[in-house]
Amino acid sequence: MGETREALRTRAVAKRYGPVVALRSVDLSVRPGEIHALLGANGAGKSTLVKILTGVLAPDSGEIEVGGRPVAFRSPADARRHGVTPVFQDPALLPDLTVAENLRLTGTGAADVLERLREMDLTPPDFRTPAGELPLPLLRMLDLARALAHRPALLVLDEITAALPSDYAERVFAVMRRTREAGGSVLFITHRLLEVQEVCDRATVLRDGRDVDTHVVAEGGEDRIVAAMLGDKAVGAVPAAGSTAARPTGEKLLEVTDLGDGGRLKDVSFALHAGEVLGVVALEGQGQDELFELLAGDRRAASGEVAVRGRRLAGRHPREAVRHGVALVPSDRQEALLPMRSVRENLALPLSGRRWGPIRLNEERRKVGAVIERLEIDTRAQDEVRRLSGGNQQKVAIGRWLVGGFDVLLCFDLTRGIDVGTKHQIYALLRSIAEDGRGVLMFTSELREVPMVCDRALVMYGGRVAGELPAAEADEGMLLNAAHGLTRAEEVG
Amino acid sequence: MTAVRARDWPKVDRSLLVLVGVLAALVLANGVIDQGFLSAAQLRNTLLVTVPLALIAGGQTLCMLTGGIDLSVAMTATAAAYVTGVRAADGTALAILEGLAVGLVIGLVNGVAIAVFRVNALIMTLGMSAILTGLLTVGSQTFLKGATRMPEFVRELGGGTIVGPIPWNLLVWLLLGGLLIFGLRRTGLGRLIYAIGGNRRAARLAGVRVASVEVAVYVACALLAAVAGILIGGRGGSVDLQLAGSYLLPSVAAAVIGGTSILGGSGGYTGTILGALILSVLDTMLNVLNVDEAVKQVLYGTIVLVLAWVYIRTSRARTGDR
Ligand SMILES: Nc1ncnc2c1ncn2[C@@H]1O[C@H](COP(=O)(O)OP(=O)(O)OP(=O)(O)O)[C@@H](O)[C@H]1O
Ligand SMILES: [Mg+2]
Repeated sequence: MGETREALRTRAVAKRYGPVVALRSVDLSVRPGEIHALLGANGAGKSTLVKILTGVLAPDSGEIEVGGRPVAFRSPADARRHGVTPVFQDPALLPDLTVAENLRLTGTGAADVLERLREMDLTPPDFRTPAGELPLPLLRMLDLARALAHRPALLVLDEITAALPSDYAERVFAVMRRTREAGGSVLFITHRLLEVQEVCDRATVLRDGRDVDTHVVAEGGEDRIVAAMLGDKAVGAVPAAGSTAARPTGEKLLEVTDLGDGGRLKDVSFALHAGEVLGVVALEGQGQDELFELLAGDRRAASGEVAVRGRRLAGRHPREAVRHGVALVPSDRQEALLPMRSVRENLALPLSGRRWGPIRLNEERRKVGAVIERLEIDTRAQDEVRRLSGGNQQKVAIGRWLVGGFDVLLCFDLTRGIDVGTKHQIYALLRSIAEDGRGVLMFTSELREVPMVCDRALVMYGGRVAGELPAAEADEGMLLNAAHGLTRAEEVG
Repeated sequence: MTAVRARDWPKVDRSLLVLVGVLAALVLANGVIDQGFLSAAQLRNTLLVTVPLALIAGGQTLCMLTGGIDLSVAMTATAAAYVTGVRAADGTALAILEGLAVGLVIGLVNGVAIAVFRVNALIMTLGMSAILTGLLTVGSQTFLKGATRMPEFVRELGGGTIVGPIPWNLLVWLLLGGLLIFGLRRTGLGRLIYAIGGNRRAARLAGVRVASVEVAVYVACALLAAVAGILIGGRGGSVDLQLAGSYLLPSVAAAVIGGTSILGGSGGYTGTILGALILSVLDTMLNVLNVDEAVKQVLYGTIVLVLAWVYIRTSRARTGDR
């Protein structure tokens, strides 16, 4: 056959940032009417490739063809005109501007965006709200709607589902399928391999800046992908969760009674015991954000109380929670990181917060070094955390509390953006935290994690705890039931 | 994925080397234009004016690192010097302490208003500056009436020479400047100053008392300004209400030239020192060339604006985002 017109084709694309080689040589081809997965471990170079394909960065060498014609994009707007439109790994709306102002910046019609949101079955927010005040999942959907408004021939999605609960993720898949039906293409980055099986046609795997495997998803399977991603490195064995077989529960570490925020959150009561990983699952906007903010002391409760080891928290300042050993890994890592500072300073922040005086350099070096090793943080660009890859930034947000110490870890989608290899290390870490008598409360939008790491799980619906169930029973069906207030699990308290 | 050990010290920034280059070039140019510039006496003079600027700009750097600014530094310096001068009769030590106390109070008021009551730093310190001007004008006729001659010790400290080109005030600066550099790089407080400038919310969620850090910063800034004011007064011998007015713009300029971001979170005192040196050498040169004061102001203003723009541009471009 003669040559087929690829929607996108790259040949030997390479890029380095100073001494850091991000891409060595990447050949990638995406066909028209195809959903193509781009996979790879943290730091493999996926986001760098996305930035090159969408005109944010220029490659050092290599060629790019779009629709059969060679291109060299000068700017994101230039790429958009050629039909290539991205949703980046981090929310792109400027937090201080309103949604409407943000749209004006990219010359996107507000009516168009509204229309796209409705197509996705979402209630659009007031466009006069500053973007920073909207919840992260909604921001991601706005990013997507904005991209769609430009009617892309090639839609590039960089880990869009990482921050999304399953009901939102489904809508993204629907959009991807519609794009495919209309003859468009999607380049889709994710660390959730189930999603690859579910929606993708072909997959390309990057490792250390090279494409190492491209295959038809239906013929591949998860093992093939993992093997290509990690190379020689075997996946760490997943430790069995404390299989909910009546394990003795320790003392109550965290006790929440009739907690409400005067808004969405109402009468939430539960206890987290020493030695326990307690999951929280919910669809988008069921009060989980509010719950975690209250527990972390970021906001004051309107009713009810939070007690740590029997001592009541007033909720005046997160410092109070931190002092009582309650640490938060927030849902949005931009709320955790100091982008301009080094990996080391980011990790050591809790130590500095505790002691204004001279830094104990040896102690700091030891603790920070141990955490970098344990979480396998890629420190090639360690002088400024903003230069790390997304997954490595997430590891820094987690590692901070391993350096700082805690009794109760509150985490919100802890493994967001972390590759399959390291995910298992994080699960093992959570289990070991429980084993030494501490506790973890984790919200997760990846239901698969619940049976893997949790001892039991709470289901939130409409700002309340709708039910509680043994971890092994958490599945999609259960969550959907809960979403309709139909949970059959036993009520709490 | 190699886990490299985290470094103790950041690499020397390339922009600092550029600053050293600029400074060297200016010194050479000055040496050519004015044969006397490299003489001991002239070097001493340059140092005499640089030290107070470097102190005030040090405080300014602290404020800017947190994302704030202190526009009251010049009036704080003047007020502290004025009080020290008027109170010379109380004895040297007490007079100096009273001057420093003025700085302490101003810093506390600024800090509490900005950190706790969330008044915009620009507005607050501009207001403080106006209030101080008014208070001093009225005070000099009433409660601060009297001779404004600096105590002998202060005159020696502010204008005297140890040996050759080395003035006594350099000693004060070595002490305080060393403290600043150490404080910013090797103490928890220093780290927190960068942290709240870089991401206030992240610092808060990590348990940092952001307000306390900010108050500490504005107090430190006002105290540095007070010390500088007393040194400036000592150099002139007596004090008047225009004493330190001309230091405001250069204090911001020195920090900006030195690479401290006006948005907070990055920069440092080393750069500011170079910025202060560059400014005073440039000033000497412009004086020798007989450039008009108004033209100088335009020039300094332009330098600040252009550099601020360049730093914002490059800090965005480096990440390749947006
Ligand atoms: N602005 C930058 N300066 C220096 N190094 C950078 C910069 N941006 C990225 N890098 C480095 O390039 C490498 C590839 O990063 P990239 O963000 O492309 O990874 P990724 O595959 O998207 O990873 P993740 O799954 O964690 O998002 C990493 O080692 C990263 O530290
Ligand atoms: Mg990425």
